[in-house]
Amino acid sequence: MPVIKVEDLYKQYQLGQVSTGTLAHDFNRWMHKIRGKEDPYEKVTGENSREEKSDSDYVWALEDINFEARKGEVLGIIGRNGAGKSTLLKVLSKVTAPTKGCVKVKGRIASLLEVGTGFHPELTGRENIFLNGAILGMTKAEIRSKFDEIVAFSGVEKYIDTPVKRYSSGMYVRLAFAVAAHLEPEILIVDEVLAVGDAEFQKKCLGKMKDVSSQGRTVLFVSHNLAAVKSLCTRGILMERGRIVFSGSADETVEHYMKINSQHLMPKVEFLSSEEALGNEFIKLKSVKVVPENPFITDDIYLQFSFWNLTGASTINMAFDLLGLNDEVVFGSLFEFTTTENNLCNATCKIPANLMNDGVFYLNLYFSSTEMRLLLKLENIISFEVVDVKRNNAYLGKVNGAVRPKLNWIEN
Amino acid sequence: MKSTNLSSEEQEQWTEIIEPKRSWLDINIKEIWRYRDLILLFVKRDFVSVYKQTILGPIWLIIQPLFTTLIFYFVFNKIAKISTEEVDPTLFYLSGITLWNYFSECFSKTSNTFVANATIFGKVYFPRLVTPLSIVISNLIKLGVQIVVFLVVVAYQVYFNGTSIHANSALLILPLLILLMAVMGLGLGILFSALTTKYRDLSFLLTFGIQLLMYATPIIYPLSFTSGKLHTVISMNPLTPIIENFRYAFFGIGQFDLEGLIYTSIFSFTALILGVIIFNRVEKNFMDTV
Repeated sequence: MPVIKVEDLYKQYQLGQVSTGTLAHDFNRWMHKIRGKEDPYEKVTGENSREEKSDSDYVWALEDINFEARKGEVLGIIGRNGAGKSTLLKVLSKVTAPTKGCVKVKGRIASLLEVGTGFHPELTGRENIFLNGAILGMTKAEIRSKFDEIVAFSGVEKYIDTPVKRYSSGMYVRLAFAVAAHLEPEILIVDEVLAVGDAEFQKKCLGKMKDVSSQGRTVLFVSHNLAAVKSLCTRGILMERGRIVFSGSADETVEHYMKINSQHLMPKVEFLSSEEALGNEFIKLKSVKVVPENPFITDDIYLQFSFWNLTGASTINMAFDLLGLNDEVVFGSLFEFTTTENNLCNATCKIPANLMNDGVFYLNLYFSSTEMRLLLKLENIISFEVVDVKRNNAYLGKVNGAVRPKLNWIEN
Repeated sequence: MKSTNLSSEEQEQWTEIIEPKRSWLDINIKEIWRYRDLILLFVKRDFVSVYKQTILGPIWLIIQPLFTTLIFYFVFNKIAKISTEEVDPTLFYLSGITLWNYFSECFSKTSNTFVANATIFGKVYFPRLVTPLSIVISNLIKLGVQIVVFLVVVAYQVYFNGTSIHANSALLILPLLILLMAVMGLGLGILFSALTTKYRDLSFLLTFGIQLLMYATPIIYPLSFTSGKLHTVISMNPLTPIIENFRYAFFGIGQFDLEGLIYTSIFSFTALILGVIIFNRVEKNFMDTV
């Protein structure tokens, strides 16, 4: 029995500055309307793609979306950044309306898009529980009946009558999540933002999701964490450029995603000036490159890093995690960079030949001060594929393991 | 026959259908009622958060109209020598300020509903009308406090300075006057809030528009002070009958203006209906343009 049915859903967005030319466009639209013609901007709407610059000012963030979710099902929605997942969730949680098509819903939808929405820093924990609960759609009576449970779950009993601006960020998030977790909706939407936070918090979130689905309610789970999708979801949907390109079992969907993803390798990023570079007030990334771009297993692989250190410190730490497509960390490494002229830091890391297994890998970068205070985190910054070479033995299948080091064998 | 039965059954299953645009008049009052607790919690939040970390706290509610009255007294009575008819000038100004404050607060605070709440609206759905409604209600409480202040000042003037007032049965329409101001302030406010999401220029226009409107309303002068074309213009202001009738009810100046009240009622409710319709239209997609 379906509890959500999405039919021919479209969502259009306007690109660029909204205000410029709005009046003219509105007028033009209106003129077409009174003459009984089609909306002139609907036709020229481009596909949702970030790589190719579209000529049109309008873009379809969602295009022809059709799916349904059944009672008790955990439906995983995966796709790259900008594939339309968040837009879909926004439409489902009624934050913004679709341009065409409809969504039929049975029961209450609650989203854990953002825990703590509407928390007011001046109000106490107690007051915020009521306010936040009401914003999420609970009545006062409902909140009162669950109040003790919420407080116990959050573990901030002692501070319940203290303004939340005095809370540590951990307490804040725990309290916020406790409220959201006690909503008991028929349909729960969980966005990947939940995946941030510490491990304990993640475990709590995932545990709550399992509870919800085992109670016969439906969960829509959006995540980059493919392992979580595989283990939690019963079914999956893969989105790409605003469309659903695949749907099936969670395993199949993840596999498909991995296949598509490997076509989008990005073995280098480079910024010409610090103004346009990725980063924050401490660190601006200049470039990250893999040399060679498509290494063979038998090649030495060089990871070249270059960034601007704007903290003023003479040395700075950068660590990377090398991850496989299942999001498992293969290994990581840390290096202390010395700042040279123009605040630039450069270094190259050599991964010896015959260490990596074949497959697609990507890098997460972590910048921190020498006191290990995290300054910047950049995820999925580059990706590359290590290609297998012709093997001399009979076995041609994939060798197990994240690494395939060439080890010494000695015949005794 | 059978198939139509089936489809109607199928439709009944769905508790909600999310669609592009609702029809112009589909306003979900039931839903707003379901969120009534949220309205009250917003009211509470507004009060608690505004006065936290102030020394005088809610006393500011009392100080503000009294100070404004004092300034008006010196500027408009002593310097500009504008007549307040036979009413004591402090009472005259205070009565006008008390009512005007309510209207202008309702109007200006509701007029940036969307822009001011964009972050929260962008994450959670609840009927957006809840926010302006809560503003009108929290200002109603402030108005209540300020009316008490007004009454205390009246009592003081009568008791200590022997000022005579002529309160009469027209006082019974006081609730109607307040209702009309609330309706007008809310109606115009949400009308503007819907328009400012796309055209921010309007919010600048509004800031001084409200200031100008005060001078086009008989706050610092009685309507009888004006004549000719100016009189016609000021009489066209839908706020004029409210202020004039309030002063008639307390001080017995001028006369009871039923026609004016009918005019104001029609204006206010038209503004509200128009405001709600347009607000309702905008709330579904404003996140894309804000």
